[in-house]
Amino acid sequence: MWHRILLRHLLALLLTALLGGLLGATLVRFAPGFGVDERELDTRLHEDSIQALRHSRSNERNLLRFYADYLAGAVHGNLGVSHSFARPVTDLFAERLPVTLRTVALGLAGGWVLGLLLALPVATLRGWSYEFFSSLACGAFLCLPSAVVAILFLYFGGPVALAVCTVVFPRIFRYARNLLLQTYALPHVLTARAKGLSGTRILLWHIFPAAAPQLLALAGVSVSMALGAAIPIEVICDSPGIGQLAWQAALSRDLPLLVNMTLFVTLVTLAANSASDLTSKALVKQAA
Amino acid sequence: MNTIRQIAAVLLGIIFLATLFAGAFAPAPYAKQFRESPNASPSRMHLLGTDELGRDLFSRLLYGSRVSLLLAPAAALLATSIAALVGGLAGYAGGWLERIAMAGTDLSMSLPWLFLLLTVRAVLPLNVPPAASLLITFALLGLFGWAASARVICAGARSLRNSDFVLQAKACGCPSLRVLARHVLPNLRPALFAQLLISIPVFILTEANLGILGLGVSEPLPSWGGLLRGLENWGAVQANPWRLAPLLLLLIVVSCFQLILPREDFAA
Repeated sequence: MWHRILLRHLLALLLTALLGGLLGATLVRFAPGFGVDERELDTRLHEDSIQALRHSRSNERNLLRFYADYLAGAVHGNLGVSHSFARPVTDLFAERLPVTLRTVALGLAGGWVLGLLLALPVATLRGWSYEFFSSLACGAFLCLPSAVVAILFLYFGGPVALAVCTVVFPRIFRYARNLLLQTYALPHVLTARAKGLSGTRILLWHIFPAAAPQLLALAGVSVSMALGAAIPIEVICDSPGIGQLAWQAALSRDLPLLVNMTLFVTLVTLAANSASDLTSKALVKQAA
Repeated sequence: MNTIRQIAAVLLGIIFLATLFAGAFAPAPYAKQFRESPNASPSRMHLLGTDELGRDLFSRLLYGSRVSLLLAPAAALLATSIAALVGGLAGYAGGWLERIAMAGTDLSMSLPWLFLLLTVRAVLPLNVPPAASLLITFALLGLFGWAASARVICAGARSLRNSDFVLQAKACGCPSLRVLARHVLPNLRPALFAQLLISIPVFILTEANLGILGLGVSEPLPSWGGLLRGLENWGAVQANPWRLAPLLLLLIVVSCFQLILPREDFAA
């Protein structure tokens, strides 16, 4: 049973990688300016040299062959060469990825802690004033573009991970608050309260297990939120991560780099969603 | 709660009307340069002062807000129409069509869409005329922002698929497309309208992000993204705090959109 579910998730990831790669290769192939080499403009080159340059790129004009070559390279860890950086894409990934992973991980952890800490009193205290002010504060942050949050952090000298946390926590708060309010209204929780169980016990034994599947699903989605927020934040705060690299690649129209990066980010978020889905299923099975 | 929603709707209406008739309220065309007074303070002639190129900031704010407030709903309408088509068909047909469509939406939703927008925007030429950049930006938002709505519409269509009136229509020999167009989609109207309202502030904020990154609407055409780029010069903002006016207006508009949404649309 579990083997089958795991296999299905792995197959979905593989299929995504293949389809995403094909889509990426198509984008690169049909982008304006594909196959043009600046060296052809060098007047010192002989006509035969120019023809040789053109011939070296002729294989890339056939999309399927181009994609097959790309896949063969990818299997061997060769994701191509970035036009704008004139460096292998794998080297750029290896340099930039740890920065983004650290920022996103810290930002997510902070966002979850803050979001849950703010949402819990809404469900437990049930006072309108706390709910009003916390919703107002989180609503104001929700209305700010992440680039503006980054500008504010840049000028007030806050860490980059805290900027990601600021973008993520209002979303976590909003969903967690609604979810906790719904869970606290469940009959078995009302019974537990009526029987005089302590708030902590109700929370740990009755609220979190009931809300766990939705919270885990939200955890998967929050990875995508944090990675999306990382682009403007890294660009504006000058943090040398994947987000900044994506922006530089977009401005210099470095499609091989951009497509590999998009594919990579998709796989990361899909893997996060699959992990949260599998954990959620395991929890539901254990509870049953 | 209804009072707050009504106030938000009225405020949004006032802002929308003011920007729609920007020509009547703006003291100068948005691109006109007053070269003798760059970075001017607010005055009777320039209500919010001027930028570093001497352009009237109040006029640019009005015209920029008009761009965002007219095109974000248009992009949302495009995204909701695609969502209605994909989600409605998938939910109504069920089976393999639904599985494929939902796998596609899952894939789209798992991708941080700013990454996707950057990729697709990079494929298109960057140095296009301002009007073309405007259309490209909002068309991309509309074309790639349908996935979340399609999921909701699909769930709605699925619940209607086996409802009594749809079964009766089928039993009477009504063709499938007619059932979908005349019976299923009209019943999904409230969900479609809610999705349209949810998408508008999302698209406004995404355009603002793209504009600040220099990948949105190009100069001299103003948009909220372009106007917020002025915040990067924090020294100028500290010296002239009224430069925060675009941010304040954006906050008010997006808050109003959030407030006019029915409460249940925020449910987890």
